[in-house]
Amino acid sequence: MLNFFQLILIYAGIYALMAIGQNCITGYTGMLSLCHAGFFCIGSYATAIMCKTFGLSFWLSLPVAAIATGIIGLLIGIPTLRLKGDYLCIATLGLGEIIRNVATNLNPVGYNSIPRASLFGYQFASRNKLAFIILIWAFVLVFYVLFQQLAHSRLGRAMIAVREDEVAAQSNGINVTKYKISSFVLGAAVGGIAGCLQTAYTLTVQPGSFTFMVSVMVLCTVVLGGMGNGKAVILGAFIIQFISYLPQLTGLTNVIPAQAKQIIYGLLLVVMMLTRPQGILGRDKFRYGDPRTRMEKLHDFFVRPKKSAKGGKA
Amino acid sequence: MAEILKIDDISVSYGSIRALSDVSMSIDEGAIVSLIGANGAGKSTLLNAIVGLQPLKTGSITFAGETICQSKHHGSLTTDLIARRGIALVPEGRHVFADMTVEENLDMGAFMVKDQSVIEKRKDEMYDFFPILGARRKQKTRSLSGGEQQMMAIARALMSAPRLLLLDEPGLGLAPLIVQDIFSKIRIINEENKVTVFLVEQNARLALRSSSYGYVLENGRIVLEDKGSALLMNERVQKAYLGA
Repeated sequence: MLNFFQLILIYAGIYALMAIGQNCITGYTGMLSLCHAGFFCIGSYATAIMCKTFGLSFWLSLPVAAIATGIIGLLIGIPTLRLKGDYLCIATLGLGEIIRNVATNLNPVGYNSIPRASLFGYQFASRNKLAFIILIWAFVLVFYVLFQQLAHSRLGRAMIAVREDEVAAQSNGINVTKYKISSFVLGAAVGGIAGCLQTAYTLTVQPGSFTFMVSVMVLCTVVLGGMGNGKAVILGAFIIQFISYLPQLTGLTNVIPAQAKQIIYGLLLVVMMLTRPQGILGRDKFRYGDPRTRMEKLHDFFVRPKKSAKGGKA
Repeated sequence: MAEILKIDDISVSYGSIRALSDVSMSIDEGAIVSLIGANGAGKSTLLNAIVGLQPLKTGSITFAGETICQSKHHGSLTTDLIARRGIALVPEGRHVFADMTVEENLDMGAFMVKDQSVIEKRKDEMYDFFPILGARRKQKTRSLSGGEQQMMAIARALMSAPRLLLLDEPGLGLAPLIVQDIFSKIRIINEENKVTVFLVEQNARLALRSSSYGYVLENGRIVLEDKGSALLMNERVQKAYLGA
């Protein structure tokens, strides 16, 4: 049972990473994209090819996977991000499938026995789940902090403006195309890193594991937790993973068919949309009205904690 | 006075439907110029064309000596670059960031300004100028009344310290008294901040009274142009727009 919880923690971490990427695209910039499985796939394949064919270490193939996914995100983004709403959704859905088909045709059986990742002489073996939990959640933490910073920076501010109102954003001097593409590329790159980590864990890559359902699950994760909220999507990843392993957890694999989770996801989305469309935690508060510089904030944080808690100067 | 915006023979079409035909205008720096016309005359289309939201079929638009829009796509600037040149549009229906607070909206208006102290100073000026916004600074814009939202949209546009302020129906859907108030603010902005104002308005009387120059748009063509006071006296304008 402990083993099983550890497995859920690992997958929750991988999906949390993907959800962070999807949140950047859908939550902050407001683009309904459905091709995170494609980015996940590219990241996994890039890692597999780098590790197996070129004999690179895991740590070198990680940035390669991120950059490769980012570049493909850019190439996809330039033509498709002109589309809006439902049209963008359908275009990205198609692209996710194209990536999966290309991967299938590239190597129908996928890659097996990929060399293990190692850190300071320690080899990450799949049976030692605790090590993977630490590795993956370290990545989640890093990217959570990075994207939290991003969301409250100038770039994040522009992305939120694009989500809220494109016309208003443009007439305030925001280059809508530029910020849409940046957000898409960043989101894609994080998806690629998630793929890379999954490959390091399973040591195999199969094209069958990057179906449309994965994209839907990632989108569900973001919608469930709360769009535009970093903490919420991580919470969402936990919930989604628990639901997906519900039959095994309850020991009712014979009673509950595997497809039941798809029904639960669908049901969950409908219920969420009806009762709490902003997600469990809702949107993050904006924080960029704070006039203090980063140094002042640090200073206030350590030296005058009470005043900073009230919101600084004002 | 120097000419700041020159619209030279522009035409705009939505598919096969002509929205603007051979429109030429000229706006002097420091003036308040108004454009009046009935629904569907092409007023908003003209403003959208100036900021590059609507591509031109023919003609060109020049701002402070630089061509910002023309019929060839590659010779035109995108909307955000036009905003950076100093043209701020307050779009029809206000287009506020409804889920952000008043203060955050003003921050967004100053997106092009990098200096935080300048932003703070301008925000304080805006709160002085529109006291109601100061009182509501932490409130979500969604919860503001229509008039307050309109003032906020104008304040947001002013945050970038534009040279030319384009106002698309600032009085739309507001009570007459609030419209009066907004127009008096517009006159103050024009006089004190030396911002050139080009406004589109249904309320022809109020618009022409505030303006030094006016244009009348009918079916996508400029049919009349004159000094604001002269247009008010014009028989055709009185009949069609002033209900006299």
